[in-house]
Amino acid sequence: MISLNAKIPDGPLEKKWSRHKKEMKLVAPNNRRKYEIIIVGTGLAGGAAAASMAEMGYNVKSFCIQDSARRAHSIAAQGGINASKNYPNDGDSVWRLFYDTIKGGDYRSREANVYRLAEVSNNIIDQAVAQGVPFAREYSGLLANRSFGGAQVSRTFYARGQTGQQLLLGAYQAMMRQVELGGIKYYTRHEMLEVVIIDGRARGIITRNLVTGEICQHEADAVILATGGYGNVFYLSTNAKNSNVTAAWRAHKKGALFANPSFVQVHPTCIPVSGDYQSKLTLMSESLRNDGRVWVPCKKGDDRHPNDIPEDERLYYLEEKYPSFGNLVPRDVASRNAKLVCDRGLGIGETGLAVYLDFRDAIARDGKDMISAKYGNLFDMYANIAGEDPYTRPMRIFPAVHYTMGGLWVDYNLMTNIPGLFAAGEANFSDHGANRLGASALMQGLSDGYFVLPSTIGNYLADVKPGTRYGTDHEAFDSAAKKAQETIDRLLNINGKRTIIDFHRTLGRIVWDKIGISRTKEGLEEAISDIRSLREEFWTNVYVPGEKNNYNKYLEFAGRVADFFELAELMAMDALDRDESCGCHLREEFQTEEGEAIRNDKDYSYVSAWEFKDRNGVLEEELHKEELNFEFVELKQRSYK
Amino acid sequence: MSTNMTIHLRYWRQTGPTARGYFENRTLSTVNEHMSFLEMLDVLNEELQLDGTEPLEFDYDCREGICGSCNLVINGQAHGPKKGTACCQLHMRNYSDGDHITIEPPRASAFPVIKDLVVDRSAFDRIIEAGGYVSVKTGSAQEANAIPIQKNDADLAFDYAACIGCGACVAACPNASASLFTSAKISHLSHLPQGNVERSNRVVAMVEQMQEEGFGDCSNFGECEAVCPKEISIAAIADTRRDYVRAVIQG
Repeated sequence: MISLNAKIPDGPLEKKWSRHKKEMKLVAPNNRRKYEIIIVGTGLAGGAAAASMAEMGYNVKSFCIQDSARRAHSIAAQGGINASKNYPNDGDSVWRLFYDTIKGGDYRSREANVYRLAEVSNNIIDQAVAQGVPFAREYSGLLANRSFGGAQVSRTFYARGQTGQQLLLGAYQAMMRQVELGGIKYYTRHEMLEVVIIDGRARGIITRNLVTGEICQHEADAVILATGGYGNVFYLSTNAKNSNVTAAWRAHKKGALFANPSFVQVHPTCIPVSGDYQSKLTLMSESLRNDGRVWVPCKKGDDRHPNDIPEDERLYYLEEKYPSFGNLVPRDVASRNAKLVCDRGLGIGETGLAVYLDFRDAIARDGKDMISAKYGNLFDMYANIAGEDPYTRPMRIFPAVHYTMGGLWVDYNLMTNIPGLFAAGEANFSDHGANRLGASALMQGLSDGYFVLPSTIGNYLADVKPGTRYGTDHEAFDSAAKKAQETIDRLLNINGKRTIIDFHRTLGRIVWDKIGISRTKEGLEEAISDIRSLREEFWTNVYVPGEKNNYNKYLEFAGRVADFFELAELMAMDALDRDESCGCHLREEFQTEEGEAIRNDKDYSYVSAWEFKDRNGVLEEELHKEELNFEFVELKQRSYK
Repeated sequence: MSTNMTIHLRYWRQTGPTARGYFENRTLSTVNEHMSFLEMLDVLNEELQLDGTEPLEFDYDCREGICGSCNLVINGQAHGPKKGTACCQLHMRNYSDGDHITIEPPRASAFPVIKDLVVDRSAFDRIIEAGGYVSVKTGSAQEANAIPIQKNDADLAFDYAACIGCGACVAACPNASASLFTSAKISHLSHLPQGNVERSNRVVAMVEQMQEEGFGDCSNFGECEAVCPKEISIAAIADTRRDYVRAVIQG
């Protein structure tokens, strides 16, 4: 029987983490070198954890699918990272960052986790600055801040529009230092395919060497998955092309619970889709909403040049509907309202699936130079992709899938229900509830990697006898490796007629249409049956090219798409279970006339944690509920009016 | 609406590191001006697979010009014709109907071919390993605002820190030198007080590692700066040379 004990420490909210740190068991420095820790993924969470744990003296094995740790998808984060330093003296505090985050998540996350996140946020900025991360600065030489959606204070630290890149390079460089010092064994172009569990504990992983195709066994005392989110289940998303759910999903199939799979963030400011060949969507930082004004023409089918549409014929729908937050409402609210105006036929462009983001007034107020200094690289990127100049013509934007709040279920120590298996960063579900606020993904990844896991891993390892080795010839390694190889062989032997990308694109359309910005019971049920029949066809009619013992990108994709099929079905089941609207999850049956979410705290104030069951070849998922208790904040209907 | 273009492709095929490579030709007739260059290659790969042949392998990930995975040499130019643009951000509107395009991997002995257009750039990781960091452990940092840094210095450091490690500089250099990559990291860190402490050790270790990896030396051709998708200034190399000489003389 699975027990969902979140292991949240007792005591007042602001004392929980410090008290837990005081009470956790430690591993002495001379014993740390006797432990091996596997860390899969080298983004902010995985990279930071690998560097920090190696510095402490643990033996770390770090794996990534890219050709270098520096390419993990954290690198693409643009806007910034939150911290409650309160340098601008505008009333920020740990409490307020905590409160904004838990409210932003629509009260579907744990108070204790979110408070800890707000608490360590300041250490992250200190750490990054010490590593040489070139954050934006004022003329005083001190750090600059800007505001971001969902907050009424300026608490976001940034490095132009490349904050993720700079923070990741900081973590990567710290990692490389440990590679040189021997603390980290570094495996690039390796994909994790299975977790190995012995006597109920995670004891290793099976990987595929993506260059040679070799299936490899790696043993360790603990395994950390920092493998990112699953936004690519939608095919089109802002995620990098190689981002995938495989590591987390294979762990799920070995017993790790998957939490809140239907909680997917759709980012409001992306460049709209232009055609079928499109392989990904490009996000433009939400910081643009600080100065850009979002609008559509008041009249349906108004195809005049946007600059020719007079002020009184423009509908600034966010400013009108949400006077106190205006264009800075949280992402879910901004995305949903973009969809609403497009559903009313007010969308712009050939597809009618876009709205304007206009800098005319900001340029008139601050001058082109000032706007260019703030957003120059984003404007260039837009001009390059869309082929239009945003300084003289409003940008066209539309929401796109961006981040997944759901992920592997973890307790307060970031450990899954499988002892010794941890999950960090976007791969876990822990801190963002039903909606993530801008500039908090970087914060969570680095919080998990630099400050939480290095403490909690010791607490776990203290109970594992140092030097316990079963050997990679143990039966559990053998059978896991066989299973990984069998899946690959099966895929290569189908020899069907439809390409992998064709299947993925079709799956993505189903998921976007029916498990996207808004959901209905009927649509979700249809989604489940559509996904099942497409999955059946996949396993009989997909064409996987090439060989297994060679570099073969499409073979990698085939395995990932196979996992996306199963995940997609679970997402629909989860959305179907939740008869309420909260954060990103809008069930059309549960909304106000204005399209605002109606939460049901009485019945749905829980984390849904799904257990994978294979009943004679039929995949089933069993729901477990972790009730969320709010002791310190009062649950309110979110209002950004 | 945009119309379809016909593009004649000539691309490098190589089955493995030691295999003999060759060019293969194929004409695509459904190229759209809004496609990115890599999306055009996706279309190529769909066609190849529907013909039952192996797709063309090339490296990519973010497709927004920041991860540095893509590194194609297009008609002899690293990342193709558009200045300051990685090839994943290059759009087909930069080409015309009937164009011939040749695609090769970056050619450098320090970047051995893995397959087709995919090369091994692990040498870059080893250069960073040699010293491309500040030796600060997690938890030992002081308050972030304790050391003010002049805005100009921070901005300059950022300009160098923007390097995405794609290797275009190596591909473009007649000597296959990694001087711009190496110097960008050295200059990033040496313009900040946090990085200045280890300045001498860093420059010697990184420059020597670069040489050990088999990259050539810099002869001031300036090709690297011209192709860099982040437009990193060659001034970094001058900084590095000065620092290197100073470090070696001072011992």
